[in-house]
Amino acid sequence: MKKDLLGIGDLTPDEIYAILDTAEAMREIGQRTIKKVPTLRGKTVVNLFYEPSTRTRTSFEIAEKRLSADTLNIAVAQSSVLKGETLADTALNIEAMQPDFIVLRHASSGAGHLLSRICKSRIINAGDGTHEHPTQALLDAFTIREHKKRIEGLKVVIVGDLLHSRVLRSNVLLLTSLGAEVWACGPPTLVPIGLDRLGVRASTSIDEAVADADVIMMLRIQQERMHGAFVPSLREYFTTFGMTVERVARAKPDVIIMHPGPMNRGVEIASEVADGPYSVILEQVANGVAVRMAVLYMLAGETETEN
Amino acid sequence: MSKTLLKGGRVVDPANGRDGAFDVLMDGGRIARVGRDLPVDAGTTVVEIPSGLVICPGLIDMHVHLREPGQEHKETVATGTASAVAGGFTAVACMPNTNPVNDNAGVTEYILKKAAEANLARVYPIGAVSRGQKGEELADIAELKRAGCVAITDDGHPVSTAMLMRRALEYTTMFRMPVIEHCEEQTLRGDGVAHEGFHASALGLRGIPGEAESIMALRDIALAGLTRGMVHIAHMSARQTLDAVRWGKSRKAHVTCEVTPHHFVLTDDMLGAPIAYDTNVKMNPPLRETADRDALLAGLADGSIDVIATDHAPHHYDEKHVEFDRAPFGITGLETCVSLCFDRLVHAGVVSLPRLVELLSVNPARILSVPGGSLSDGAPADISILAPDLKVTISVARMKSKSKNSPFDGWRLRGGVAATIVGGRAVFVNEGAGIQL
Amino acid sequence: MDADRVSRALTRIAHEILERNRGIDELALIGIRTRGVPLAKRLAQTIREVSHHDVPTGALDITLYRDDLMRAAVAAQPVVRKTEIPFSIDDKRILLVDDVLYTGRTIRAALDALIEFGRPKSIQLVVLVDRGHRELPIKADYVGKNVPTALTQSIQVHLLEIDGRDEVEIQES
Repeated sequence: MKKDLLGIGDLTPDEIYAILDTAEAMREIGQRTIKKVPTLRGKTVVNLFYEPSTRTRTSFEIAEKRLSADTLNIAVAQSSVLKGETLADTALNIEAMQPDFIVLRHASSGAGHLLSRICKSRIINAGDGTHEHPTQALLDAFTIREHKKRIEGLKVVIVGDLLHSRVLRSNVLLLTSLGAEVWACGPPTLVPIGLDRLGVRASTSIDEAVADADVIMMLRIQQERMHGAFVPSLREYFTTFGMTVERVARAKPDVIIMHPGPMNRGVEIASEVADGPYSVILEQVANGVAVRMAVLYMLAGETETEN
Repeated sequence: MSKTLLKGGRVVDPANGRDGAFDVLMDGGRIARVGRDLPVDAGTTVVEIPSGLVICPGLIDMHVHLREPGQEHKETVATGTASAVAGGFTAVACMPNTNPVNDNAGVTEYILKKAAEANLARVYPIGAVSRGQKGEELADIAELKRAGCVAITDDGHPVSTAMLMRRALEYTTMFRMPVIEHCEEQTLRGDGVAHEGFHASALGLRGIPGEAESIMALRDIALAGLTRGMVHIAHMSARQTLDAVRWGKSRKAHVTCEVTPHHFVLTDDMLGAPIAYDTNVKMNPPLRETADRDALLAGLADGSIDVIATDHAPHHYDEKHVEFDRAPFGITGLETCVSLCFDRLVHAGVVSLPRLVELLSVNPARILSVPGGSLSDGAPADISILAPDLKVTISVARMKSKSKNSPFDGWRLRGGVAATIVGGRAVFVNEGAGIQL
Repeated sequence: MDADRVSRALTRIAHEILERNRGIDELALIGIRTRGVPLAKRLAQTIREVSHHDVPTGALDITLYRDDLMRAAVAAQPVVRKTEIPFSIDDKRILLVDDVLYTGRTIRAALDALIEFGRPKSIQLVVLVDRGHRELPIKADYVGKNVPTALTQSIQVHLLEIDGRDEVEIQES
């Protein structure tokens, strides 16, 4: 393993499988009465969050606590960043306190790479701008594998705001490296350049995309995209790309529906689908803790020599 | 001042059709004579030029940011001109986006005073098109011209409206003064930070398409046709813009253009490797993709491109040591230009040496209507002595510029600068090139 | 030890367990991964044959409790496997099963791990081989064979379920 987990590109397929296998064992700990193992006792993890994120921060924090690490949460409001110290200076100050891990959430793509060049601590990217969110992709893969027993050969369709999604980028890298057939579907204004070079089939037809899908992954469409004229209205978005019961019916009978959250009901996904029998959305949340425990455990070991 | 004779070496002086072994006699800061086996009068200092070195008219960088006044922590006129002469340039034209903006004679005179104090490279200030570069009303252009400005631009931004650009082009026809345009359609550029292509997409960086540049170039070329004014397209990066320039030239519009070494050497794959999100590959216009880079090389080879300029844009380490999308645009360029041009253009067979001298000296002098660009009798003795085969390892630590923001640190290149002579005076000598002045 | 001697040792231990615990009430076998798990299952099988009663068995992975994790990050992390104890250990008499007893550190980790699952009435230790060189005050209650070894030697236990044959070897390293 490399020192840091900045993106899925840092992992070989073998390392991805090792993390998923380890997460299986970690999940069992969460089912015990005493949900704690001493593995990271005496280690310090700093959760450095420059963007509000209840879900991801909580998930990391529970994972850290279950491994007995000492956790410290630093939430930095964007407004104070503008007048305050630089990320580099904040990193140096935190580094001076000798943490073992820094979990970073930041609005700028590549913020983790900057931190990685400054810090000896292991850096875990908990979402950087519109670049990557590797632990989300790992927990998605874990959830898919649990239901489908494999990832290779599955048709996985990712629908929504592809352009601004770090979840998309991480999932594309992970799923294609494990041999899934990945489709991406969204309005042309929200499709990033070069998806084909990443081995992804892009489609603007939701009906074509979801046909015979094993997995449908919905991405959040943000209200502010209306202002950038990416889509005319939320209503039109829902009628054109929203996941409805009728559209789900075009997929395989055992299709699973995923969403990284937070959901916009009635915008990208109908409530009947979000709460329906195919939905594994809450399982994703539960699996997030086990996968993050696995990542923390794996990164704590050997590091490849950095050059 | 005594006479100095440069003896030996290959003289490349395309303006006079010279390319071969000549002696160059300098007298009183001017070129006295260029010829074969010139007689040596008593009292003349003879400087033997080692064979393999090239003597050419002084290189002129028509696009640099000297940052003074206002941002002296990045660069000053003194450090910027020291950087220029170390890079083989005898003259630079400096952009008006200082603080305060060079939109009045007072700032122009201040810059020229600082240049005189530094007494290294010649400095030709470029004035603002609009007051405060705000894009609202024209700056006092005639006054700027009288104070010493050689062109006008709102560089950093395009001239905001077609009407203001029309007026600027019309007004400057009475001085034969070019309007230099930073081409960028602002709404299309948006808040982009990198070339809109695969690499920016994969790294989650907001893109700037090549069309943001070419659309503005087309507007300006059309207006040059309308007004008969002279428009010069700065730091052209996109193949679409090159097409626009070719179209304009074919219609006999007064359009010229420049490219920077980084745009004909680097491409947007540098965003991800060797250093991911390296802020020293963040510049505006951004590094484009291979097809653009190849188009620029073709444009350099076929003569569509008039000038190589560096867009030397020093920034302090602290300003660049931030998240990619927060870092300022720009890199230094004065001290890497000649090596990159030799290695990637001349030795790679893209352009001949005389053509390179046109791009770096003859054409900038012509476009800006400044002295230089030739070794004609009576011309100022501004001479660059180049070492085409010198092995150079770029080192930002050894650069004269106050800022170190270059992506070329550690690059090994073939070709460099041996000495720089301004007004007959050696202002830079590279001891590694085997020349004694 | 060859296959026959391994089998005889396990049979003897099964009888000793029944004898010492006066029956199988509240007994449970928990094997330490990896090779303690098939040994525990074999003991349960033998006990079933003798007493006609089932003894619950579980598997314990002690990786996350090791005291040598991340002391120096020089090796890849050991693989973590699932702990599977499908019954409550509260008030049980737990038989902890492993293949080799050496420094005692694995057993220390196993005790820490077990305690977090509940409060057993007692914990007894079963090992196939005791090779000596204890570093902690730990002693086995049932031993298949005491094998005095030098520190330079290593003990390799092969089991049918994992390695395709039953054999205990001493190797010079």
